[in-house]
Amino acid sequence: MTDYKMHLLVCGGTGCKASQSEQIKNNFKNQLQEVGLENDVQVIHTGCFGFCEQGPIVKVQPDNTFYVSVTPDDTREIINEHIVKGRQVDHLLYTDPNTKVQITESKNMDFYKKQVRIALRNCGFINPENIEEYIGNDGYSALGKCLEELTPESAIKMIMDSGLRGRGGGGFPTGLKWDITRKVENEQKYVVCNADEGDPGAFMDRSILEGDPHTVIEAMAICGYCIGANKGLVYIRAEYPLAIQRLKTALTQAREYGLLGENILGSDFSFEIEIRYGAGAFVCGEETALIHSMEGKRGEPTFKPPFPSQEGYLGKPTNVNNVETFANIPPIITKGADWFSSIGTEKSKGTKVFALAGKINNVGLIEVPMGITLREVIYDIGGGIKNGKEFKSVQTGGPSGGCLTNDFLDTPIDYDNLLAAGSMMGSGGMIVMDEDDCMVSIAKFYLEFTLDESCGKCTPCRIGNKRLYEILEKITDGKGTPEDLTKLRMLSHVIKDSSLCGLGQTSPNPILSTLDNFMHEYEAHVNDGKCPAGQCKALLQYVITDEKCTGCTLCFRNCPVGAISGEKRNPHYIDQSLCIKCGACYDKCKFDAIKIA
Amino acid sequence: MTKVKSLADLKKLKEEVQSKIKLREKGDHPENLIQIKVSMATCGIASGAKDTMNYFIEELEHQGIDALVTQTGCMGYCYAEPTIELTIPGNQPVVYGDVNKTKAQEIIDKHIKLNELVDGIIPVSYKTL
Repeated sequence: MTDYKMHLLVCGGTGCKASQSEQIKNNFKNQLQEVGLENDVQVIHTGCFGFCEQGPIVKVQPDNTFYVSVTPDDTREIINEHIVKGRQVDHLLYTDPNTKVQITESKNMDFYKKQVRIALRNCGFINPENIEEYIGNDGYSALGKCLEELTPESAIKMIMDSGLRGRGGGGFPTGLKWDITRKVENEQKYVVCNADEGDPGAFMDRSILEGDPHTVIEAMAICGYCIGANKGLVYIRAEYPLAIQRLKTALTQAREYGLLGENILGSDFSFEIEIRYGAGAFVCGEETALIHSMEGKRGEPTFKPPFPSQEGYLGKPTNVNNVETFANIPPIITKGADWFSSIGTEKSKGTKVFALAGKINNVGLIEVPMGITLREVIYDIGGGIKNGKEFKSVQTGGPSGGCLTNDFLDTPIDYDNLLAAGSMMGSGGMIVMDEDDCMVSIAKFYLEFTLDESCGKCTPCRIGNKRLYEILEKITDGKGTPEDLTKLRMLSHVIKDSSLCGLGQTSPNPILSTLDNFMHEYEAHVNDGKCPAGQCKALLQYVITDEKCTGCTLCFRNCPVGAISGEKRNPHYIDQSLCIKCGACYDKCKFDAIKIA
Repeated sequence: MTKVKSLADLKKLKEEVQSKIKLREKGDHPENLIQIKVSMATCGIASGAKDTMNYFIEELEHQGIDALVTQTGCMGYCYAEPTIELTIPGNQPVVYGDVNKTKAQEIIDKHIKLNELVDGIIPVSYKTL
């Protein structure tokens, strides 16, 4: 066994590679050889540390020293001082911008406090198919605490005091919802877990159910105890077979261990959970539609009130919470309301899971405290924009949300700030867009989704969204007029104000927010007949630059519609009336002679 | 299977389980029992985590290395699936991304057998509460 005494971990993420981390690694290797330490110290490239603004990063193990902004010239100093003499190189340590204190160990850095896992605490840590691993990590102790030490009222008070708000998007205070359902008198009540995750790009609920199903079971039982229900239902989409299978396994195990069923932990409390499958309709994430779907009726929303807490499943009081909301419950009960409310902002407590996607380097599932800024999420955790492109916008809240510009990069993320900025928290999808994305097309994409998913019950949503879509199509086809922009805005407001449920009330959000934040792009499409991002095919023109064209005939031979003509070794020409804008010539040209105008 | 009949029972079970985990970690062969967790959510499996896991199980058995290979949920590193976490007793756990069969072989040959780190480490950047 090679007995390396030390490891030098050099960041090999895209950002750090761009600032010579390869050179740093090689310097280390060569210089270690010079001092004869190559068998004692191993140099290794790692993935992105996610701390790109301070890159390149070098971490020394086992002493966990974290050096930032290292240049190839610093390597000798690190070897001579740190490795040979055992003294830290002070000027390469990270200085906390607020306290001005130098920090040696990475775990003490603010940066590592950026991601805090509460809902995802067990995901990727325990074996989801083994209940004992969950119990070993404090599992079911919150339920035990409730049953033996807390009254339903005091448990609900804990949830209220914690400030937890619904993580499915609406942000309604969870404790208040439980309290309302508890106060409605009825012999039969229900707890429903909404696992009908439908936002494009969001998958935190699936990850929780696949990685930590027992936390949802435990939280549902706690909810049942608090509101006085003995029956729970998980409404989960059938497209999540693995989540369903793991949930089933977990339910069986919980029953075997006596943590579900009659007289749980020797108390008078009994609770049972059943699974109901959704067929993948987006609108069934809306609680009234979800309940109808569970009852075997059409998945259509109904007017509220009555709220499900009054008349829900089978007309009985029903408490509906989302998976991520439930996943926060057990830690609140075990660690206390104060602990939870110490995290986050004034009105949004705790953490939120985001599915980071789009033109970003570290696509992934992250959990951050409320109040973090978009800049920290995108640049520090996400590792910045792919291929060094310019950031343009971030879309939050899925089809019900909006697109935010770089003006909002430093706004703390919480329910209220996002709403004020014209977007919403939603279930936590976060899609990052760069300079190559056309905002009109993005708005069209989301509207197409809601158009497909509209249940058709109310007129504004069914017909209004269709008309909106047609106007957007007209604009991206280059046939839009300035009046269309006024019409878009007006119709959007009508749909928002007059739709029956959340789907219709929020469906114009992507349009309104892009109109507000990216009006110039709409105007470029309408007034100048141009798509600034070069995405709308109808508005593009492929043109050959005479000076660069060598007349190699490659484009001529590859054009599928014969729109290109010209003599060999002479500049060629594209007939715009024949061109179908497939881009084949552009891809094939070896001389960069074809431009998109 | 024994039923958990009270909170005291639950606490006892928790301690038992925890000591079992400790036993597993510091058991009879402290320098040999290695733990590998493979991230097996839908997305991980779609990227080939099942093959990776099977490969680890077969190859470690084939080479007679005493190791515990288990599955776990999503670690959140979508850009680098399949991901695994490797714990050599006495050391900090190390997370590797993009672990296909070739990478798995490299990890067995170098990290597990020679205690050398291999390219492709994902630095852990969160804390759990």
